[in-house]
Amino acid sequence: MPEPQGARPGGDHEAIASTGAGGAMDLATSEGITLEQGPEGPGGGGPAGRPRSLWSDAWRDLRRNPVFLVSGLIIVFLVIISIWPSLIASGNPLSCDLAKAQEGSRPGHPFGFNGQGCDVYTRTVYGARTSVVVGVLASLGVAVVGSVLGGLAGFFGGFWDAILSRLTDIFFGIPVVLGGLVLLSVVTSATVWPVIGFMVLLGWPQISRIARGSVITIKQNDFVQAARALGASNPRMMLRHVLPNAIAPVIVVATIALGTFIALEATLSYLGVGLKPPTVSWGIDISDASPYIRNAPHMLLWPAGALAVTVLAFIMLGDAVRDALDPKLR
Amino acid sequence: MAEPRKSGEAVDATPNVTEVDVVDAGSESASVAAIEAPVERGEPILQVRNLVKHFPLTQGILFKRQVGAVKAVDGISFDLYQGETLGIVGESGCGKSTVAKLLMMLETATAGEVFFKGQDITKLSGRALKAVRRNIQMVFQDPYTSLNPRMTVGDIIGETFDIHPDSAPKGERRRKVQELLDVVGLNPEYINRYPHQFSGGQRQRIGIARGLALNPEIIICDEPVSALDVSVQAQVINLMEKLQDEFNLSYIFIAHDLSIVRHISDRVGVMYLGKMAEIGTDTQIYDHPTHPYTQALLSAVPVPDPDAREGRERIILSGDVPSPANPPSGCRFRTRCWKAQDRCATDVPLLAIPERFKGSDSQAAHESACHFAEEKDVVHAA
Repeated sequence: MPEPQGARPGGDHEAIASTGAGGAMDLATSEGITLEQGPEGPGGGGPAGRPRSLWSDAWRDLRRNPVFLVSGLIIVFLVIISIWPSLIASGNPLSCDLAKAQEGSRPGHPFGFNGQGCDVYTRTVYGARTSVVVGVLASLGVAVVGSVLGGLAGFFGGFWDAILSRLTDIFFGIPVVLGGLVLLSVVTSATVWPVIGFMVLLGWPQISRIARGSVITIKQNDFVQAARALGASNPRMMLRHVLPNAIAPVIVVATIALGTFIALEATLSYLGVGLKPPTVSWGIDISDASPYIRNAPHMLLWPAGALAVTVLAFIMLGDAVRDALDPKLR
Repeated sequence: MAEPRKSGEAVDATPNVTEVDVVDAGSESASVAAIEAPVERGEPILQVRNLVKHFPLTQGILFKRQVGAVKAVDGISFDLYQGETLGIVGESGCGKSTVAKLLMMLETATAGEVFFKGQDITKLSGRALKAVRRNIQMVFQDPYTSLNPRMTVGDIIGETFDIHPDSAPKGERRRKVQELLDVVGLNPEYINRYPHQFSGGQRQRIGIARGLALNPEIIICDEPVSALDVSVQAQVINLMEKLQDEFNLSYIFIAHDLSIVRHISDRVGVMYLGKMAEIGTDTQIYDHPTHPYTQALLSAVPVPDPDAREGRERIILSGDVPSPANPPSGCRFRTRCWKAQDRCATDVPLLAIPERFKGSDSQAAHESACHFAEEKDVVHAA
C-alpha cells in the first residue's frame, strides 16, 4: 500500500516510515506499473460483466412470472382509471334518475342502474379511485410507521424494545372490525382520512414485528459488526447496512396488506362506519345493494366483482414479489 | 516475523501495569497523540489485563432481573508485541471470539483493561476511540456474512475511507481500493462486482483488504480460515504472512486448528472456559506443554506418520465442557483433569511460571495455570 499514512495529520510520517516495512514502497512502484498496464481498468465492470444486485435479479424473475404480469396489468389498469376515470366512463357517478332505479343493463349502461337510479358502470369505475387511494396510503403509512418503530426497536433493543413489543401485543388484541365500529362511529368527517388513519393505527404492529425481526437478524451479521469495527456511526450502519438488507420482507407484507386494506375499507363502508356518501366507494355500493340481491343482483355483483379482482391482484403481486425477493427459492 | 521471545518475568494473574506509560486520560488530544505514536518492534503494543466479560442471564418480560451470568471471558491477561503473531486456541465456547470482540470494542468489557500503547481503550470514546479503531482492525470468520451483499467490492472497501475521510482524499479513493485489491491478490477490475460473484477464498481476501485499508497496526483474525477449504486456507495464511512482513502488522490469530496456529504464530495462548490455561512461544507450547489441557489438546492433533501414531499416547478427556454460566470452583479444568486433587477445587491456579521450573533454562519454564504443571511432550512421544 503506497504511503497510506501520508494522509494522516501531524508529524508521525517519518516515525511510521521508520517502523513501516520498506517492502511497502517497492510494492507501490510495482502496483503503479500494473495499473498503467490496464488502461481500461478503472470504471465499468471489466470483463466480469454487468454487476447484478438482488433487486435486478428480482426484477428479472418478476418479468418472467405470469402471476406478476397478470396482477401487474390489472393494477396498472386500476391506477390509470383511478387517475382518469373519465377515460372509460363518460357519465357522472352522482347524477341519478330515480325513475330508472334497479333497472338492468341496456345500451349505454352495460351494468344497469342501482337503487337510486345511478349508473352502476360509472360508479364502479369511479369507485376504483377510493379503493386505490385508501389501499396505497394505508399501506404506505403502515410500512413507514411500522418499519421505523420496529427497525429502531430491533436495532437498539433494550427497554424501549420491550415497551414496543408489549404495545404491539396490545394492538394485536384489538379485533379490527370491532375497533373500527367503535373508533370510526364517532367520526363525522366524510373524507378518506379517518379510515386511513384507523388502518395505520391497527396495521403498524404487524409490519413493526416483521421489521424488528428482520433488523435483528441482519444486525447480527458480521458485515454490520465490521462496519462498527471501522468506526461507522449508528445512522450509517442503519441506512447503509441494515436497511437495504432488512427491507424486503416489509415490502412484501405491505404489498399483500394493500389488498386486505382495500377489503377492509369495503367492510367498514358496508357496516356504515367507513366512507360515507357522496364518496363513491365499492363498499358503500355493496352495502346499498345488499337488501335487493334477489331481485336486482347486478347492483351487488359488479362492485363486488371489481373489489374481489382488485384485492386478488394486489395479493398475487405481493406473492410474486415475495418469491422474487427470497433467494432461497432461486 | 518477530523473533520468538521468552517471557522473562513472571506475569501473574494480577499484574501491575507499571511498565506502561499511562498518559493522562483526561485529554482526548493527548490520547490521540499517544495512539498515533510509533511502537518499536518487539515492544508491547497491546496489553490485556484481567479482561472480564459476563453476559447477564435475565428473566422477565418488561422488567428484567438478572438471574445469573455467562462468564464468557473471566479474567485473562496477555501482551501482544509489535510485529508478532499471537495465536489463541481453545475449543468452541471457551471465549476466544468474545476476546476478539472485546479487543475490537464491539462488546463492552465487564471489567479489566486493554492498553493500546498505554491507553486504556475500554474507556475511550469519540475521536480517540475512532483513532484506535483505525489502528486495530479485524478479519472475520465467515466470508459469507462479513461482506454486505448489497454493496459492491469497491463500496465495501471504500467505505473505510468514507468513515475516516482524512485517510484518503476523495479523488484517490477508487485508485486506493484497486491497489488494495491488487495487494490481496485480486484483479483490480473486480471493483464493481458484488460479493456473491466471488468464491469463499476471494471473499476472505476482500475482508482482508478491508481490514488493511486504514493501514492498521494490529489485525485481529477471528478464525479467518476455518470456513475455507484446506487448499484455500494455505493461500490465505500465506497471504497474511506476506502482508505481515510488508506492513509490519501484529496479529492476534484466533483458531481451533492447532497446526495452522503453530504455522503462523510466534507465541500461543491456550484458553479453556474463559481463562488462559497456558501461554508461551510456539515451541514452548507445542513441544513442552505443562498444562494438562494443552497436553490433551495436542494429543488429539492428527499425525501424518502412521508409525509414530501407533505408539503415541492419546489423552481422552472425559465429560463435556462445563457451562460457562456455572463454572467449577478453583481450577476450571479440574472436572475433566486426570491430575485433579482436593487443592484444585479450592485454589484458583494463577497463570505464572510454575515453581518447579522457576529459574530453569528449560522450555517448560513458561506461564501455565496449573498447580501440578509438569512437562509432557505428547506430539513426539512414541
